[in-house]
Amino acid sequence: MTDTPTPNSISPPRQGFSLRPANALNREGWVTAALFLPPALLLFTLFVVLPMGEAAYFSLFKWNGFGTPEDYRGLYNYERLISRDIFKTALWNNMLVILVSVFIQLPIACGLAIILADKIPGGNIFRLLFFLPYVLAEIVAGLIWRFVYDGDTGFIAKFTEWFDLPAFYILAEQDYAMYAILAVIVWKYFGFHMMLFIAGLQAIDRDLYRAARVDGASAWQVLRFVTLPLLKSTMKLSIFFAVLGSLQLFDIIMPMTLGGPSDSTQTMVTYLYNHGFIRAKLGFGSAIGTVLFIICVVFAVVYQKGFFRDAE
Amino acid sequence: MQSEPLDPGLRKPWNFVLLYKYLVLGFVTLLIIAPLITTALGGFKSAADLRTNPFGLPTVWHWNQYTDILLGIDYWRYMGNSMLISAISVFVTLLCSTLAAFTFAHVKFFGKEFIVGYLMVGLLFPVATAILPLFVKVRDMGLLNTYWGVILPTSAFSLGMSILLMRNMFEKLPRELLSAALVDGCGYIRFFWHITLPLSRPILATVGIIAFVASWNQYVLPLILLNSEERYPWPLGIMEYQGEFTTDWHLILAFVTLTVIPAIVVFLATQKYIVAGLTAGAVKG
Repeated sequence: MTDTPTPNSISPPRQGFSLRPANALNREGWVTAALFLPPALLLFTLFVVLPMGEAAYFSLFKWNGFGTPEDYRGLYNYERLISRDIFKTALWNNMLVILVSVFIQLPIACGLAIILADKIPGGNIFRLLFFLPYVLAEIVAGLIWRFVYDGDTGFIAKFTEWFDLPAFYILAEQDYAMYAILAVIVWKYFGFHMMLFIAGLQAIDRDLYRAARVDGASAWQVLRFVTLPLLKSTMKLSIFFAVLGSLQLFDIIMPMTLGGPSDSTQTMVTYLYNHGFIRAKLGFGSAIGTVLFIICVVFAVVYQKGFFRDAE
Repeated sequence: MQSEPLDPGLRKPWNFVLLYKYLVLGFVTLLIIAPLITTALGGFKSAADLRTNPFGLPTVWHWNQYTDILLGIDYWRYMGNSMLISAISVFVTLLCSTLAAFTFAHVKFFGKEFIVGYLMVGLLFPVATAILPLFVKVRDMGLLNTYWGVILPTSAFSLGMSILLMRNMFEKLPRELLSAALVDGCGYIRFFWHITLPLSRPILATVGIIAFVASWNQYVLPLILLNSEERYPWPLGIMEYQGEFTTDWHLILAFVTLTVIPAIVVFLATQKYIVAGLTAGAVKG
């Protein structure tokens, strides 16, 4: 407990002051902890930790949610889950979101951040504008884009009309709906990632640029050998957020497609909601939740242990 | 904002580079605002006008589509529900997390790191993974379809990040302050109330605003925990509304616009805190 001496413990006790002995302070520390911690611990245990444990427990049963789970099935729910095509589609869609975030959104965000990190006239307005979609609720972004994509009244309708093409309902097309959603995700989130990169760029020491220029490096070389390497940890952070965002993707999908057509735009969470909650299969749904939980934890641990460390 | 450009070498008298930058920025701006402006204008159009002329100004401005919503009861009830749920959630989050963060930052006691680690587990997974057991739990507690049924889980899931941010902030307060106070006979509790809290207003504002925005926009928890429209917060309300007017886009767009405007106004007023909070959380990573 006392691995580092506090100024308090090394300052000599002065006579006449009500300096309490260390063990009284310790006792007071315990009292403070006993008073201050329970609200957070109780709330957290009740609504975060217990439910997650219960999901693992429920996943072993076939249960419609009424009464208590009794029909024990072992790992049956997991076997069923893994054999389902929708599960593979959902996993793949989550993977697609990550791929698009890393290979399309991240370069866009990084590029715009490099443009906007320099002081240029109007820069602040562009920053705000690009960040704006991030502020909108996902539900709203989904609704606005369902209108944009609407084959009768939206942007797409206008384009097909201009080029005399037949009406095209992209969100009703099994093969394209997911790509339409991916575009919305980039639209909504690149501004957030851009802000991360701007913060990362501002932390870079200006002298490095001057030194590079003095040494005769071209603008391209400065970007390639100074800026980008120094943004490595920001990139890792950006990818981290993209993966976490992908794993909980739900709100944008619901107003746009509800996971359809023919389950082609399900993600792990929409699958959990549509097939676990709506159909009252709590055991099966809990199995999805547990798998998702394991994916989240494994990712977070591996990423932080492995990737953040070598960023140092 | 820095005065020094990132790359001084890019400054040339004939600045094609700058021109190119503005072209890129202009193009991205167009992609961002075209859907938003079309939405806001669409709320003024008739259905036929929206169909033939989605991009231009309305041929006739139908103000009544907006005023009908503003004079009706649904919009205000949805907004009121959201306000109530978000405000109380933020209060509960701030209350629990300042107390916990203070204890972690200043009080030494056995098992502290273990408890901190325990609370950080919540950062590892999203609320959506636990919605089924949460539903069962809230139902068994008799809180289904009540405000508290949504408020408590919402607060619980925002605790991890709030405690993390606040603990980092509290630890930055000068150590001498605490030791001096303790020497003078001021206990932890009085120190917390009279010194830590007043000195931490910026971080409280940041954490509070982030928690508020998250709660204001949340969809999945109220979706599973509330079942009467009387208590719906606005994201559920707007889904209800669009279910009712499936293809009457002009009405839906008006409603969407009215829910977006307060968000944008609040964002512009508080952007300093929002951006600070996001990047602070990010840098700690």
